Amino acid sequence: MGVVTQRAQPAIRRRGPGIRHRTISWALRHLQVFFYTLGQLTRSPFGSAMTASVIGIALALPAGLYVLLENAQSMSSGWEGTAQISLFLHSKVSDGRAAELAGQMASLPEVSTARVITRAEALAEFQEMSGFGAALEALEANPLPSVIVVQPAVAHSDAEAVKGLVAKFATQAEVDIAQFDLQWVKRLYALMEIVQRGVLVLAALLSVAVLLIVGNTIRLDIENRREEIEIAKLVGATNAFIRRPFLYAGFWYGLFGGLLAYALVSSALELLREPTRQLALLYYSDFALLGLEGTASMVLVGSGALLGLGGSWVAVGRHLSSIEPS
Amino acid sequence: MIQFDDVSKRYPNGHEAISRVSFRLGVGEMCFLTGHSGAGKSTMLRLIALIERSSRGQIIVDGQNLGRLRKHRIPYYRRRVGMIFQNHRLLFDRTVFDNVALPLVIAGHRHHEIGRRVRAALDKVGLLDKERLYPITLSGGEQQRVGIARAVVNKPRLLLADEPTGNLDPELSREIMELFSTFNQVGVTVLIASHDLGLISRMDYRILTLRDGRLENQEAWVS
Repeated sequence: MGVVTQRAQPAIRRRGPGIRHRTISWALRHLQVFFYTLGQLTRSPFGSAMTASVIGIALALPAGLYVLLENAQSMSSGWEGTAQISLFLHSKVSDGRAAELAGQMASLPEVSTARVITRAEALAEFQEMSGFGAALEALEANPLPSVIVVQPAVAHSDAEAVKGLVAKFATQAEVDIAQFDLQWVKRLYALMEIVQRGVLVLAALLSVAVLLIVGNTIRLDIENRREEIEIAKLVGATNAFIRRPFLYAGFWYGLFGGLLAYALVSSALELLREPTRQLALLYYSDFALLGLEGTASMVLVGSGALLGLGGSWVAVGRHLSSIEPS
Repeated sequence: MIQFDDVSKRYPNGHEAISRVSFRLGVGEMCFLTGHSGAGKSTMLRLIALIERSSRGQIIVDGQNLGRLRKHRIPYYRRRVGMIFQNHRLLFDRTVFDNVALPLVIAGHRHHEIGRRVRAALDKVGLLDKERLYPITLSGGEQQRVGIARAVVNKPRLLLADEPTGNLDPELSREIMELFSTFNQVGVTVLIASHDLGLISRMDYRILTLRDGRLENQEAWVS
């Protein structure tokens, strides 16, 4: 029994390190090429920086637009809920009746607040705000109606519930026009939807541009190293061996391009941050500019690296097989 | 080691570089291949190195029928054959050490193994003290020695040399040829294409002569 075990073990052991050794040396070779190509790029820093910059700018454009869109969405997300219903009353309705009506409305569960703007208040406000003060004074009678401004309760602020509320108020005899002013919010959302699609299309186009940039750079690189490739093939290099450094070079170009795009977008946002805050203050808002958050920045850098790898893959596939030693 | 059976190579333009060549070269043999330029010497070597494929006939090298070798296996075949070129084909942006190490790096040898083997090869060609230099700083003869070191570093069983002394003066040429002799003496099969008849006739090896793509005195070579 002991003899059998002793004889069996070396056979197993001999096979084990074989596979392990091969895997390790394969991984080591990859690692070696990985850093070797990085070293190659630093040997021609100007050319490498140019390529990475072009990729960076191409990626920064859609990334920057994406961030602006995110900001616009976050800024406008609360607006739907704050929609108010304006009920313009018939001019013959007295202020007292209007206040009574507002009180009834405010007691409804769907309504948060209902406030009356009397005809006199409306005129005063209009005179002050519009700059038509003198013209209005020339009028004999106040042309403005009383208005009840109804703020729907938060629980009933979705579009359907508010529409129902509007319909209900419109049937009141005292109400001339019931106006629910959500149309412009809807238009804004529709507009942002279009812009979002536009950003997607732009991102797709510029991704193709990055593929082509990296592909062309790698193609030139392959042409420049034609002699080296031929010699390597003569001494037994496989296509995979020759392909590897070019693929990693493409990866590095893309990665640095992605990092540069991140830096560009971040610093542009930093430049915009203070003026935006000033503007927000003027609107009595505490709105602060959103930056590129973690996932988005990883997607940006990651897609840069992947596009670089993809571009070099295309170039290598097209051009490497045509180089045979002569 | 090398067996040609009725081998022809016709190029797409209709030119037949070698016609119906048959010969055998035994294991451990050294032999010269000569003839005028254009007689087909290079084509013969290119067929053996699988840089080109024959149009007809059969080539067997080290037991491997080259006609049956798939394209993706060619790199592994070439690792078993050392090749030396008239224009050296060195990488001028790499040191002597890195040039010689290239076949070992490609074959995936370990770091310390590469260092050991490269120095052994450089020692054999007498360039051990120049491993850190760049090929451009070396003389023509030295560059050719680097090429030879690169060809033997993988310990191939077969060495092919295409006009290895083409650009060298007679004294250096003799030294290079003697270097090939020393490799032959340790069992490496060597085939050298050269038109330097004066030099090769003074050495005691068989000579294959090609004339317009045909082997002279072919009967004597098939046995």
